Amino acid sequence: MFSAWELILQQLVNGLILGSFYALVALGYSMVYGIIKLLNFAHGDIYMTGAFICLSVYGAVSGVLPGWTGIAVSVLAAMAVSGLLGFLAQKFAYRPLLSAPRLSLLITAIGVSLVISNTVMVITKSQPLFFTSGLDNSLGIKFGSITVTYIQIIMLAVSAILMISLTLFINRTMMGKAMRAIALDQDTCALVGINVNKIIGLTFVLGSALAAIAGGMACVYYGNVQYNMGYMIGIKAFTAAVIGGIGSVPGAMLGGILLGLLEALGTQFLGSSWKDVFAFGLLILILILRPNGLLGRSEIERM
Amino acid sequence: MPNDTPLIKVEGLEACYGKVAALGGISFEVREGQIVTLLGSNGAGKSTTLRAISGLLAPSAGRVFFCGEEITKMPPHEIVKRGLAHLPEGRHIFKDLTVLENLELGSYTLKDNNERKRRLNRVFERFPILSKRMKQAGGTLSGGEQQMLAIGRGLMASPKLLLMDEPSMGIAPLIVRDITNIIKTLHDDGTTILLVEQNAKMALGLADYGYVLDTGSIVLEGVGSELLKDEKVVKAYLGG
Ligand SMILES: Nc1ncnc2c1ncn2[C@@H]1O[C@H](COP(=O)(O)OP(=O)(O)OP(=O)(O)O)[C@@H](O)[C@H]1O
Ligand SMILES: [Mg+2]
Repeated sequence: MFSAWELILQQLVNGLILGSFYALVALGYSMVYGIIKLLNFAHGDIYMTGAFICLSVYGAVSGVLPGWTGIAVSVLAAMAVSGLLGFLAQKFAYRPLLSAPRLSLLITAIGVSLVISNTVMVITKSQPLFFTSGLDNSLGIKFGSITVTYIQIIMLAVSAILMISLTLFINRTMMGKAMRAIALDQDTCALVGINVNKIIGLTFVLGSALAAIAGGMACVYYGNVQYNMGYMIGIKAFTAAVIGGIGSVPGAMLGGILLGLLEALGTQFLGSSWKDVFAFGLLILILILRPNGLLGRSEIERM
Repeated sequence: MPNDTPLIKVEGLEACYGKVAALGGISFEVREGQIVTLLGSNGAGKSTTLRAISGLLAPSAGRVFFCGEEITKMPPHEIVKRGLAHLPEGRHIFKDLTVLENLELGSYTLKDNNERKRRLNRVFERFPILSKRMKQAGGTLSGGEQQMLAIGRGLMASPKLLLMDEPSMGIAPLIVRDITNIIKTLHDDGTTILLVEQNAKMALGLADYGYVLDTGSIVLEGVGSELLKDEKVVKAYLGG
């Protein structure tokens, strides 16, 4: 039998993995909201597209490049396709509506979401696709009777590297600073020489590529892909973004990890049918206590 | 550029917001090394003129030339690159970004990081208070400090022409004198300035030449010191 600390360790690892998925998807949600105040409901479908491309490409290349090399190539392809898709959605669906009421933009995002998921539904004939990585899922580091697998360790390491890199990017580079400035005042950004549309496009590409990496990791971890898999993670990522403070990059990371951990521990102690109750209960609680999220800033302005 | 080409030349500029006309075809020019002021009461169209020049607002008719090159339909970020910096009305500091980040963004189009550092040092020499507040969020500065930050951010672009929209707005009289001195030194250092003001006394005291705008048209123009003596100007803008 497992001892209590082994169970907790196991759920911590599960929670961190789940939390990494949420965080990687929440980042795109939050960055796009921060910059153009759009709740991009198509973002979960961008994640699904990433998973779908990763699976398809791996199916084609795994004969020559089995294991991690093939997976890396497939994830890169997924990032490229999802990034492009996010960019095109931004350019052709959202940009023309940037000065329209926010509700039009929101409805458009729902439309983009349906177009993407239904396209994949038609391609896959609504059937789930299965992903066989060929990786040995029993190898890992043993802690008592618990094994933390190498797959889990690599996924956690990749997520950590991505989040650190993104943080450095937005804080240290001119483009990252421009991104944060656009969230505050677009006209003034244009006046200092920032090509605002280009930076908005870049934000979509970046957010979509991160979602695609999460999608690729979901392939490896869960082993299947379905056209509607973006729906629930979209809602969860949105929740994570709001918990952390929507528009805040560190907030999205914190919110995602926190939500993942709570769900895993909730599953352990309350049973899996309660985990969503737990997650959304947390959302409501945090919004009552901190309406702007954990790391969000208040909207009170000093004139 | 031949010497008789004005730095900026505006020809028959018209602009509107929806169906409401804000500028009814104005023409003027600013020559290199000058301070030119654009005066007028609330709603006269001063800010609209600057927005149409810097590309924030697409003019409905007319043309704008900068150093002889037409810039009428260019996006703002292209116009900045050519050496025209517009400091908008109300300072518009990026309030969650630090003072340093605000300044750095002023030189966004610059690729050379060493040159960026040199410009930063020059701004810090001019405004020592900004170097003390370097790590602080821009929004936490006082109004006067924010105005210095806004000017500093504009200078980071090393502009040939500075468009300043009411730099004295909302600032205590004592600090207005500082701002006046800053504009003077900028001018002495060779920057050409188009200054929009409601504070006509301050503006005309500084300017080589002035234009008076009323409901979207230029109604009066002349040498600064003469406008200051003009009865109509005194009546309308100096409370005389
Ligand atoms: N965004 C806008 N939408 C609609 N009308 C506008 C807008 N901005 C300005 N206007 C109108 O255009 C006219 C000119 O405005 P502008 O801001 O250029 O005046 P101004 O001379 O800068 O005034 P102030 O001294 O008050 O800043 C005004 O009648 C104003 O109401
Ligand atoms: Mg104005």
